[in-house]
Amino acid sequence: MEWRDPLHILRSEKEVHILRSDKTCKPTDLRENQIRSANTMSFSGRLGDRIFPRLTLIFAALLLAILAGIIVILFLDAMPAIKQFGLSFFGSTDWDPVNERFGALPAIYGTLLSSFIGLIIAIPLSIGAAIFLSELAPAWIRSPASFLVELLAAIPSVIIGLWGLFILVPFIRNPVESWLGDKLGFLSLFQGPPFGVGFLAAGIILAIMITPIITAVSRDAMKAVPDTQREAMYALGATRWEMISRAVLPYCRSGLIGAVILGLARALGETMAVTMVIGNSYKLTASLFSPGTTIASKIASEFSEASGEIFIGSLVELALVLFVITLLVNIVARLLVWRLTTVKVEGI
Amino acid sequence: MKKLLEKFAAPLLLVIAMVTGLIACSTSPTQTTSPRSPVSTTSPTSPSVISSLNGAGATFPNPLYTKWFDEYYKLTGIKINYQAIGSGGGIQQITAGTVDFGASDGIMTPEQQAKAEAAFGPILHIPTTSGAVAVIYNLSGIASGQLRLTGEILAQIYLKKITNWNDSRIKALNPNINLPDQPIAVVHRSDGSGTTYIFTNYLSKMSDEWKSQVGNATSVNWPGDIGAPGNAGVAGQVKQLPGSIGYVELAYARQNNLPWVTLQNSSGNFIEPSLSSTTKAAEGISLPDDMKIMITNSVNPEAYPICGFTWLLVYVNQSDQAKGKALVNMLWWAIHDGQKFTTPLDYAPLSNEAVKKAEAQILSIKYQGQPLINP
Repeated sequence: MEWRDPLHILRSEKEVHILRSDKTCKPTDLRENQIRSANTMSFSGRLGDRIFPRLTLIFAALLLAILAGIIVILFLDAMPAIKQFGLSFFGSTDWDPVNERFGALPAIYGTLLSSFIGLIIAIPLSIGAAIFLSELAPAWIRSPASFLVELLAAIPSVIIGLWGLFILVPFIRNPVESWLGDKLGFLSLFQGPPFGVGFLAAGIILAIMITPIITAVSRDAMKAVPDTQREAMYALGATRWEMISRAVLPYCRSGLIGAVILGLARALGETMAVTMVIGNSYKLTASLFSPGTTIASKIASEFSEASGEIFIGSLVELALVLFVITLLVNIVARLLVWRLTTVKVEGI
Repeated sequence: MKKLLEKFAAPLLLVIAMVTGLIACSTSPTQTTSPRSPVSTTSPTSPSVISSLNGAGATFPNPLYTKWFDEYYKLTGIKINYQAIGSGGGIQQITAGTVDFGASDGIMTPEQQAKAEAAFGPILHIPTTSGAVAVIYNLSGIASGQLRLTGEILAQIYLKKITNWNDSRIKALNPNINLPDQPIAVVHRSDGSGTTYIFTNYLSKMSDEWKSQVGNATSVNWPGDIGAPGNAGVAGQVKQLPGSIGYVELAYARQNNLPWVTLQNSSGNFIEPSLSSTTKAAEGISLPDDMKIMITNSVNPEAYPICGFTWLLVYVNQSDQAKGKALVNMLWWAIHDGQKFTTPLDYAPLSNEAVKKAEAQILSIKYQGQPLINP
């Protein structure tokens, strides 16, 4: 057995402290003391040491098993659709349960587009809020405001969806969409009748839902930046803006990317709120005003009444596609974080 | 190396065991042993007292079924658990034999029927009540029932061939109404539903174009604009979107005072949706013995055209005498005494013809070749 620091096996820091502070306790006493206490707890301690790592290993393996089980079952259930459509599933814009012709393209497009709109709105909003909360806000605002932001993240999505349908959608229809249609109608992005529901509404709802999460995580990342970094910047005569933009943000950018990816993952999988405001139309159009659909909302809408192997198989294959998309997003995020942390932080 | 193997062997085995277990569980439900397999005969001599029945399926009649089963429990002490999981789910459950009866707003497809009959023999569609689908709209200044449409024009609107309210064909039907120059926003159900099944069945009957391009199912490839979840979602969309048109269950439209369209029926009369005009749809027409009929576009001159039955799905050959008897008694009660609960809950009672046909079906339910109920 390898040698360990004798103080290591004592029950608590406190005990160490007492032993150390005891003036009468000479080094030899200390050694005797620790040998005695080590002997009394050796049996149970060793057994625990043996069992605990294996127990945790089993828990970890359980998670992997669940992941493997999900993939295997999705594959098995999607098989009828995979066999029937092959690769054309990804290029087809059909969703016709009557004639059993299914394709995934509009749902994939809708998922990516609505999440993209959500991110474009949410990123500046939440990074800005995080900077304020961690760097600029007076102390008495900081903790209540941070608490409220986290509270916003805890609102169930169906409630946000209802609010979206009854408050946000009418507002988007008029004035937002009618104004955009008037002024920027020459762009294909802003054409078509202003229904209110559609990609734009879904993107805004998603932005509202992911802003708290991105804000909270980015704020934590910024708070983790050591004060020495800030002090060094100030010592060089930097302004507050320079301190934030040159010291804080570069230092924690991997944390910021992590926050954005967390938000994106939530946006991709969001179901209820999106179903209520996206308009659920299986179409591929460039206009942000147009009703569309996402993978998650399509599955949730149709699964309970789906009949027939091909129909159910197609819905499960959609689920598989969503799984792969989220997986890809996470891999890209990892690569990005890894690249950024290996690149040297820019000098001043 | 050996040590490493020892360390990981147990958890690894566990993982493998669990994955194979999960795969085994995922094989199709028909292969699992079912509780009501017709082969297993439980004590044919002494029928034990049965205290509960299980059913699952359609959501549309759920409020009525809840009321029924509550009343029936007070009367007989037999508890009936009903899960409103949707018609598709009801068909799957009865096919797998996990419930004593299924419920559906649509007729089983020939494939579904074949699958169920292969497992447990012939299956009945017993009508319990009928409902109507109201077409609702949002046009300011035009009161409920004032706007008149025909089935053909409704199909053209839902096909996006008629796109403005001031279209000459709509104007010709409504000479007294000042129809606005406003685009029509078409709203449909985004979730699969029996309401959609009845609605698209009607449109398929009224328009060959609809039949060939879209068709009839609980969920179809909509040419139209906006999908919304549930009756509440469709009603919410139509309420807040000027110029929109949608369809919801009659009960929902009545309870929420939504303005509805007066539709032309097959005799050329313009009829408003109501409980009596819904019941009329199954009167004076020839009903088949198996009751697998969509009564949309009924020939009765007083009938509202978008109506449909909702059915309970029950096997002819019951494997358990006591359960079978309880089930048959409940069905008999539902189509007779139970009908008085329909109107207060905004469902249309069965017509006399429909009750007669349902009686004959219930009498045909057997246990080991013996009828379970005497007329």
